[in-house]
Amino acid sequence: MADVRHKRWVKGAHFIITFSFLALTISGFVILMAHPRLYWGKAGNDLTPALFELPVSRNYHHGGWDKSVPFYHTAGSAVSAARTYDIFNENGWGRSMHFLAGWFLVITGLVYLLAGIFGGHFRNNLVPGGKEFRLKLLWLDFLSHFHKQVPTAGKSPRYGLLQKCTYLAVIFFLLPLVVLTGMTMSPAITASYPFLLKMFFGEESARTIHFFAAVALLLFLVVHVVMVIRSGFKQNILAITFGK
Amino acid sequence: MNMKQKHVITRRRAIITGLTSLGGLLLSGCFKKPLPPTYGNILRMGDNLTYLAQRSLLSQRALAMEYEKSDITSFPATGNTNPADPKTPASYSKEYQQLQQNNFKDWALSVEGNVAKPGKYSLDDLKKLAQRTQITRHTCEEGWSAIAEWTGVPLGLLLQSAGILPNARFVSFYGYDNYAESIDMLDALHPQTILAYNMNGENLPVQHGAPVRLRVEAQIGYKSVKYVHRIVVTDKFIDAAGDGPAGWSWYVGI
Repeated sequence: MADVRHKRWVKGAHFIITFSFLALTISGFVILMAHPRLYWGKAGNDLTPALFELPVSRNYHHGGWDKSVPFYHTAGSAVSAARTYDIFNENGWGRSMHFLAGWFLVITGLVYLLAGIFGGHFRNNLVPGGKEFRLKLLWLDFLSHFHKQVPTAGKSPRYGLLQKCTYLAVIFFLLPLVVLTGMTMSPAITASYPFLLKMFFGEESARTIHFFAAVALLLFLVVHVVMVIRSGFKQNILAITFGK
Repeated sequence: MNMKQKHVITRRRAIITGLTSLGGLLLSGCFKKPLPPTYGNILRMGDNLTYLAQRSLLSQRALAMEYEKSDITSFPATGNTNPADPKTPASYSKEYQQLQQNNFKDWALSVEGNVAKPGKYSLDDLKKLAQRTQITRHTCEEGWSAIAEWTGVPLGLLLQSAGILPNARFVSFYGYDNYAESIDMLDALHPQTILAYNMNGENLPVQHGAPVRLRVEAQIGYKSVKYVHRIVVTDKFIDAAGDGPAGWSWYVGI
């Protein structure tokens, strides 16, 4: 069996996406620190109930709000209150870094998708063959990852069944989901494409889904790195970067 | 013959020239002030690209989502919440304090710059022009959002009544709280860009920018200047906010 190596454009895309993902994670966390409350629905803020709150900055439960003033004379009226607390907010660079890295991810991702579809990369390397995909086999492959010994990976994109399914889920589900929910938080984009707000149940729901999709991608990253180390770190790193 | 050959554009030279001019395009206007707080030279390239992409790929007439009365939520007042308070000197205005004592009866909006008829508009003048009511979502850069009903005069109508000159390209807004922002003509003439004097059916509360605030529904909340007292139409790009300590991007449609 001839040993097929990673194509150069696959290596390039992997490299750019790795670095933009790291920049997106750092800046995304900084942005989350400015408002570590998540909601479900069309809108949400400190004066409305949260879905959950994360203790990730001094803004967590800061409680620095003046007396509430109701807008209407009815019971349970929407209220307004002035903030009395100097919050942590580094979004000046956080947001700009997030969107700059986002551009790298989106443009590289689009090139990768088009090249992958038309160049046969997805068909040949990622989509399981007709007889390859069985739920039982997938389960056995899953279990085999907990063995003490993991087979050494080759230098080629010949992936296992679970590996293929995971990569496909990341490429065709998690990454598009995180990009689209990110765009759903944009007032200009949702003005032109209001279906995004419907699709993700509102702007704040989109923000919450964006958070969970990012957490799922981080989990993938951790498992991915662990498996890269266990199946021959040096060879794997060379295979995806500058190695022959 | 030799002279002619020197002018042949090689592929390498074309690529270098292209990359240099692209870099220049993205970097232009970023060297005004030293870093930080703009972090601008590198990080602003993404914001400039977002501006170019959103202006060329999105509809400039599309309306932001409008909501039902039942969708109206509570609304935090952040940023400057009272320019009449001398205890916050950075946003304090003595003039504003006096106007507020008289319930803004003497308030007037100054429209200046590249308009045929610069002048002052009282609150009644604004109300006579035309009014638009919209229930929209305020999306804050911090991550929260709030829905409220706003009534005001479409900025485009006010600018038309003042007579927009052909070279007008940007509009700057100055608030009594020493806050300022500018937007381009596309956002200025957007039907939902209004100067609001009512919030949820009542006079605009001081916390939210009384007597008149800007609403730019196609951008993030910090573009919607509160306590507006002066509007300047310009032919040149002015980042009215300057490179403030927050270091926010000028264009923020995302």
